[in-house]
Amino acid sequence: MSEGIGAPVKRKEDKRFITGAGRYTDDIKLENQAYAAFVRSPHAHANVKSIDKSAAEGMDGVLAVLDGKQLTGDGIGNIICGWAITSKDGSPMNMGAWSALATDKVRYVGDAVVAVIAETKAQAKEAAEAVVVEYEELPAAAHIDAALAGGAPQIHDNAPGNVIYDWEIGEKDPTEAAIAGAAHVTEMDITNNRLSPNAMEPRSAITKYDAAEDHYTLYTTSQNPHVARLVLSAFYAVAPEHKLRVIAPDVGGGFGSKIYIYPEEIVCLWAAMKTKRSIKWTADRTEAFLTDAHGRDHVTTAKMGFDASGNIVGFHVSTKANFGAYMSLFSSAVPTYLYATLLSGTYNIPNIYCEVLACYTNTVPIDAYRGAGRPEASYVVERMMETAAREMGKDPAELRRQNFINEFPHQTPVIMNYDSGDFEGNMNQAMEAADWAGFEARKAESAAHGKLRGIGMACYIEACGIAPSAAVGSLGAGVGLWESAEVRVNPVGTIEILTGSHSHGQGHETTFAQVVADRFGVPLDSVQIVHGDTDKVQFGMGTYGSRSGPVGMSAIVKALDKVEAKVKKIGAHLLEVTEADITIEDGQVKAQGTNKALGWHEIGLAAYTAHNLPPDMEPGLKEGAFYDPLNFTFPMGCFICEVEVDPETGKTEILKFVASDDFGVIINPMIVEGQVHGGIAQGVGQALLEEVVYDESGQQLSASYMDYTMPRADDVPSYDVLHHNTKCTTNPLGIKGCGEAGAIGSPPAVINAITNAIGNNDLSMPATPSKVWAALGAAKIAAE
Amino acid sequence: MHNTTYHKASSAAEAASLLSGADDGALLAGGQTLIPTMKQRLAAPSDLVDISGVAELKGISVSGSSVTIGAMTTHAEVASSAELRAVCPGLADLAGHIGDPAVRHRGTLGGSVANNDPAADYPAAMLALGATIKTNTREIAADDFFQSMFTTALDEGEMIVSVSFEAPEKGAYAKFPNPASRYAMCGVFVAKGAGGVRVAVTGAGDDGVFRSADMEAALSSNFAADALDGVTVSPNGMLSDIHGDAAYRANLVKVMAKRATAAA
Repeated sequence: MSEGIGAPVKRKEDKRFITGAGRYTDDIKLENQAYAAFVRSPHAHANVKSIDKSAAEGMDGVLAVLDGKQLTGDGIGNIICGWAITSKDGSPMNMGAWSALATDKVRYVGDAVVAVIAETKAQAKEAAEAVVVEYEELPAAAHIDAALAGGAPQIHDNAPGNVIYDWEIGEKDPTEAAIAGAAHVTEMDITNNRLSPNAMEPRSAITKYDAAEDHYTLYTTSQNPHVARLVLSAFYAVAPEHKLRVIAPDVGGGFGSKIYIYPEEIVCLWAAMKTKRSIKWTADRTEAFLTDAHGRDHVTTAKMGFDASGNIVGFHVSTKANFGAYMSLFSSAVPTYLYATLLSGTYNIPNIYCEVLACYTNTVPIDAYRGAGRPEASYVVERMMETAAREMGKDPAELRRQNFINEFPHQTPVIMNYDSGDFEGNMNQAMEAADWAGFEARKAESAAHGKLRGIGMACYIEACGIAPSAAVGSLGAGVGLWESAEVRVNPVGTIEILTGSHSHGQGHETTFAQVVADRFGVPLDSVQIVHGDTDKVQFGMGTYGSRSGPVGMSAIVKALDKVEAKVKKIGAHLLEVTEADITIEDGQVKAQGTNKALGWHEIGLAAYTAHNLPPDMEPGLKEGAFYDPLNFTFPMGCFICEVEVDPETGKTEILKFVASDDFGVIINPMIVEGQVHGGIAQGVGQALLEEVVYDESGQQLSASYMDYTMPRADDVPSYDVLHHNTKCTTNPLGIKGCGEAGAIGSPPAVINAITNAIGNNDLSMPATPSKVWAALGAAKIAAE
Repeated sequence: MHNTTYHKASSAAEAASLLSGADDGALLAGGQTLIPTMKQRLAAPSDLVDISGVAELKGISVSGSSVTIGAMTTHAEVASSAELRAVCPGLADLAGHIGDPAVRHRGTLGGSVANNDPAADYPAAMLALGATIKTNTREIAADDFFQSMFTTALDEGEMIVSVSFEAPEKGAYAKFPNPASRYAMCGVFVAKGAGGVRVAVTGAGDDGVFRSADMEAALSSNFAADALDGVTVSPNGMLSDIHGDAAYRANLVKVMAKRATAAA
């Protein structure tokens, strides 16, 4: 079937995107629209002594100058983190208060203090500059070590020593005993660099208040409009759910940063009610750097023990995680259940223990960013494996092979139960495509022209589709992580799929329609995907964690099952055969063994005219379903990167990048390949280029593209994207998910290649030319 | 962006007069630095005097080895001039690697030279080529023109009209771009001309473009890349920032100087 599952159909949505007809939040202009601008803290840590709004209030076009005391006075609640983590000692996590507008204290550069509402954007910005905020500067802690040091500035009163939680997983004593008795122990300090998400479309919100209906509307750049409505209603008390509509129209990339509900959306909703005006706010790029939730920022010490034949006997990991100044919506889950649970990697490891110390700093909040915890885990595991192999004088591929898990299901010591996979199959495929065996000859060629060649591997595994609701609930999640779908067959036979997933670049309008086309043989163009509007779709949990395929599409399949059952009943009735004799193919409902058939549109018409339906059947053809996953899904793969380093400048060039992924069943290989390309580009960005840098006073030194290095086309290689897929056993389509894999597996592959080239394992990300050059110098000194 | 009054000048004289009549005016050449700075509300000139329509400020003329380039000549025009390339390919190559195509089609030589960004490419070329900067009031030698980062010999209201130089016998530029901005993290222009060897370095110094006497001496006795092997570049006076420390930049100065010499 040319348009069904497995077909590389071109993306339906691209016509509007590439012709400039996409409708993003900032493209929307409402009647009576005013603009918001925010006065933000220039200090990383300060008490707010006074706010003088008088000059701003008198300026042209200014409608309102609003502060935090007014906001809290109107009963608007604090921003919360929705996943409760319990420390080793049984105490709950220390969540500090986060008001959408700071009342008495600011905790990072960019913290919103005052909102100015004016007739034009320029007037709002002018007036914002005229607001006088008197600060009493306090010492700041911008980095993990500074925040955890004795005598560090206290950022939130209820988090002594700036500790949010001190959590653990796994068995400590057996792990330490296993490592103590190991024949070889590899120990490394590993830093995971802090990243800024940089979605192409900056965050934006437009709010409307209808006084007659006491009803609010929020258009916003969200990956999960229903979750936004839920927290805006239940926690921030902006409006009850039935009085609040959230619309996330076309959204230009999220990478996690648009999961969360930020101060600006809350303030704009509240300000629309206060001013009786529609209000628009769109971040400029500087605001994006200063306020979008960042990702990563872990400091880890890891020890891995091996027996005399190279089998892993124990893995001990201590991680410190930076949370920034406030706990963002899912922040607490990232360095715990999305990180430590993946530390078994693709290997049989009998003993694993991980402890995580989470801390506040005077920086932008940190939350999930493409991969969220799993890139950090993959980076730790795969750098350890590579370094261990080098230390033991073993081939890094063979060390992995000997430790691979090869029986499924496999229960790891850290919660996860892997359902399927053929890890060796992916590794063999990647090694063949990369010509692993021919590397030494290529290395000699590079050496002949003065370059250092290196090859590196990473065998990542990750967990997608988060996740069984009861399981995540027992681990502290404040929400269930199912998905919903509704299938509406119209009287003429066209089909609308309403989904709680949200597409912000993933191509759902195409892939979801392919699932329907595959099921009924109807043309792809007769299927429309509806998403991103809480008035249209009843509820949904949104798109993150590569969950739209394994969870979102599974909900659609469940609803399609119900539609199919009813269609068969109608068909059997009209064709005067039994249901068992009915088949649905090529857009027709056929009576097997006869030449009797009905067109798909005839079924729709029959359902809605209801002139001749089976006795007791309700008219219409519309079915809904909620799907709660049985397990996480476990995409995995083997990435091989080959680099050449210029020893004079330290510059790294990626010569070849092979990705062999196991994504389970693939709906649209072209879209999947695009996801892999984008993921690897972000992973290469993390490995070679990107880093958010704060100075000690908490000023962000990398808050523009002059200093934050986004990967450009000439920074990334041409990728060889391969698949060796095994079907996921826990969802109806056998899908594992593919959205984050590239970003998860690539950083260790790149760094392993560079450290191989330069002969020094002591190298941190991003491996900029200056760092690589310095590491080469250190290696040279060590050799002398 | 703050409010500003826009003027479009049709002659250099008109531009000078508009500028002197403004409260706090600024010349708008290609706008590749000024406009982004204004958009970030970090610059707020009362008046913008656009000189992009002034024909007398544009164009490249080559007579024998004498080269004159109008201040409003774009990087793309410098990069694609066959006449210039025939006598001084190093400068054409330099212009072809500034920014991206959009920048190269708006940005101008005069704007870059007047701004004297410590990581811009043209200042290294002007200094190494011993160029003369002609303004609406006088002529200034490049050695006197570039004073320190973002600071030049230009007086208030003074406007660059053109630059001129004698094409060198040999000359080339090698740049190591900053990974983020792609400005020069270190760029070295090496020229061997009638007046001897001149080596100018941009991007690496902590106070803007400078000449390296040690490397000039080494190349004067033997104009070959390996003549620089014995030269030690001190990290003192080198820039240190999040992209690389002074020791790294000192290393780049030597590596880029060798590469420029080899290419010349």
